Amino acid sequence: MTTITDPHQGQFRLSMLLYDSRYRSLTIQIVALIGFLMLIGWLLSNTAQNLAELGKEPSFSFMMEPAGYDINQRLLDYNSQDTHLRASFMGLLNTLLVAVMGCITATVLGVIIGVLRLSPNWIISRLSAVYVEGFRNVPVLLWIVFTMAVLIETLPQPSAFRKGEASMSLWDSVAVTNRGIYIPEPLFSRSLGDIHLLGNSSLRFDVSLDLLALLAVLIGGILTSVLIKRRADILQEATGVRPRTWHWRLGVVVVPVVLVLAILGFHLGYPELKGFNFRNGIHLRNSLIALWLALSLYTGAFIAEIVRAGILAVSKGQTEAASALGLRPKRTMSLVILPQALRVIIPPLISNYLNLTKNSSLAIAVGYMDITGTLGGITMNQTGRELETVLLLMLVYLTISLTISAVMNWYNESVKLKER
Amino acid sequence: MSDLSYVRAEMLPERAPPASQVGFVGWARQNLFNGVGNSILTVLSLIFIWYVVSFLLSWAFSPTWNSASLSECREIFGAESGHHAACWGVINDRWQQLLFGFYPNGSEEGTSDLRWRPILAFLLLFVAVTPVLFNMISRRMNWVLLCAVLGLTSLYLGGALGIVVGLALIAAGAAIGYKALTADKTARAAEIEAGAKRLPNPLIFSAIYPFIAPWLLWGGSLWLPIGAALGFVIGYFVFRFLAPIAGSLVGMIVAVLVALVWWLLLTVGFADLMQSIIPIGLEPVESRDFGGFMLSITIGVVAIACSLPIGIVLALGRQSDLLIVKALCVGFIEFIRGVPLITLLFVASTLLNIFMPPGTNFDIILRVLIMVTLFAAAYMAEVIRGGLAALPRGQYEAADALGLDYWKAQRLIIMPQALKISIPGIVSTFIGVFKDTVLVSIIGLLDPLGLSNAIRADQAWNGVVWELYGFIALLFFIFCFSMSRYSMYLERRLRTDHR
Repeated sequence: MTTITDPHQGQFRLSMLLYDSRYRSLTIQIVALIGFLMLIGWLLSNTAQNLAELGKEPSFSFMMEPAGYDINQRLLDYNSQDTHLRASFMGLLNTLLVAVMGCITATVLGVIIGVLRLSPNWIISRLSAVYVEGFRNVPVLLWIVFTMAVLIETLPQPSAFRKGEASMSLWDSVAVTNRGIYIPEPLFSRSLGDIHLLGNSSLRFDVSLDLLALLAVLIGGILTSVLIKRRADILQEATGVRPRTWHWRLGVVVVPVVLVLAILGFHLGYPELKGFNFRNGIHLRNSLIALWLALSLYTGAFIAEIVRAGILAVSKGQTEAASALGLRPKRTMSLVILPQALRVIIPPLISNYLNLTKNSSLAIAVGYMDITGTLGGITMNQTGRELETVLLLMLVYLTISLTISAVMNWYNESVKLKER
Repeated sequence: MSDLSYVRAEMLPERAPPASQVGFVGWARQNLFNGVGNSILTVLSLIFIWYVVSFLLSWAFSPTWNSASLSECREIFGAESGHHAACWGVINDRWQQLLFGFYPNGSEEGTSDLRWRPILAFLLLFVAVTPVLFNMISRRMNWVLLCAVLGLTSLYLGGALGIVVGLALIAAGAAIGYKALTADKTARAAEIEAGAKRLPNPLIFSAIYPFIAPWLLWGGSLWLPIGAALGFVIGYFVFRFLAPIAGSLVGMIVAVLVALVWWLLLTVGFADLMQSIIPIGLEPVESRDFGGFMLSITIGVVAIACSLPIGIVLALGRQSDLLIVKALCVGFIEFIRGVPLITLLFVASTLLNIFMPPGTNFDIILRVLIMVTLFAAAYMAEVIRGGLAALPRGQYEAADALGLDYWKAQRLIIMPQALKISIPGIVSTFIGVFKDTVLVSIIGLLDPLGLSNAIRADQAWNGVVWELYGFIALLFFIFCFSMSRYSMYLERRLRTDHR
């Protein structure tokens, strides 16, 4: 069989690599690849040579050596004799802690401010605009350092509580001092104990059985509640009348949880002033509070803009169509506006969560021991292993980022308009 | 029939709307008190504003401008009233440091006040970007601006030569300005149409500026920036010479290679040689003396200016059909976007020297500039990719149908539209980069935040919070807010569709 447009059968010449569109793309790619490999090779050979001169052969064995420094705000047990790996693990947990806390408060704040910015009330919308512009246009690091300084300089010292110049707030349960905030801790008098996982290794952690039991009961309750809702939906489809279910749905969630709490002997351990400082309770250090507040306020301003843009992106015709169908304003919001606005809001929202997580690395400026403070801070300075620690640090952040982006892409796919 | 009618036969004159519907009262009723909930919110926010403003005013107006330490401030408050008040002495004491860092200010023995150089560089920056950013400023006015800035600088520098040159420049500027203001616009347009002589395009100065600014900031021999600029000239002439002989592609490749050889191997030698023959130069300033807002602006401007072209190339690479190029670009972009800037700054401060051939030891500010530029470029690439993706497919196909090759299509059809779409994103990336420059304080550079730590560690100002951070925040706010307003202006200016 012959083709109609026979390719040019002339002899191959070298210049065709550049001027013949059949070969040119291949040439460019090969040149680019060779260039890239040469660059990498050059960098690697330089690095090897430099490190050999410095006598620092790349190796990760230092991670197993004792860290020798303390981490004051931590989620699991740790002492200065633990390994650098354990210290980094504590740092990672601290990063995740502040990231999750920050994401939650930033979302709440952002949604409220974003909705208020659309308010017909002129003063309210102006005030929200001032908040948004004020926080967005000043570096987040400045907010963090500033919040930290304000906490230290303006809050009362623990000794002021002794002298009676300051008193604990919220019915004597929370102590706000310039060393941090002390809040009550949950205690169980008939505790089930802990499970120790991963034995004695650097990544060991304990799981509280009380917490597991609570979670199991809570999830069971929520599932039952969903089942009840389904049944109500089916009944409504069949008969047109929706049975009243909200008290059942609330009951199956709340009652078992309260029962389990009572069985386990749940009570709160209040912070008490002993000596020069507070004891008992959970101590949230200034560094954590400052980082959390600043990140939430800063990211909240961005989220407010996203929420506003998302709501504005739903065309007015949708609202009008919904009211033409006879939906009440509340139903219009929940059935028509929000599902469409969320489709616009969610992707940038998640990328802001990502930014917040990356910005939490600024913890190093206020001495909060997150992964940058432990692995990229003290461990790097103590061991002098810049290359290895920075590589590990990047790897950790890259993993977190790529995980969040994967979730975001999966979500995007699932809510994308199914068209054509 | 009588002419009885039950309907009025003529129109009534219009009456003024009721007082409750117009003016401030009407506006307030419509916007502030239209409902119980809204009224409560209004009253609450008014109380809130009153509280904040009254506190802020009584805090800000405090006669502490000349106090030398925080304890002195406290004495002044104690004498006046018990309430909290601002201690402005810290700003009075340190504002120069916050702006210029430790740039030589003539306070040490044997040094002179060199701070006119960063100020001149900053003013010239405005002159250089004006023709790029605003199109309503005429060619002549731009030259007037340049003459005025240079003239005032030489007057400031003084000396017989300085005064003569300064007066001459200002006179020239005034003459051009007078002509520009008195000339009739349409008559001038007709003259230009007929081929009247015009002033050179101010973009020439914008092109020269990147060579002037580093020389002003760091000082040293004038021949080094001239040598760097010569690289472009040489490359251009090689291209002009080779393109007709060997084709434009070969010409381009050879020109780039020749320019690279010139920069990497010959520039320093050329500069040294010329310096020994005709020594012209400014007193060199070390990078470690850089600090304050000067440092932030230097890093921000360089990163912003360099990241846009790199970002465009990366975005085109990511959108291209070439598999390997695409993979490289995607890898680079996702890697940079996946890690926090602080890790890249760690690379700049500790690792970049390890990656270079043994013995190279280049400046910390240069290393930071490289990393911040790469960081900004990755974000820029994603913004521009969004613009490229938002462009209708028909535009690409139309460009193909017109027979334009890839680069021509990009330059004439795709990029102008894609960049226009992505202006808001580009500007918010710019703002982000400028804000992120404060991170350099973590690796020990003395930007405003780094300086603030030093100031707060000082015995005299130990405990100062609001005044110091408020001042820094205010300056950042002014820069970032004006950038975001400018982006809105640009969007309006470039909006060519009908609305």
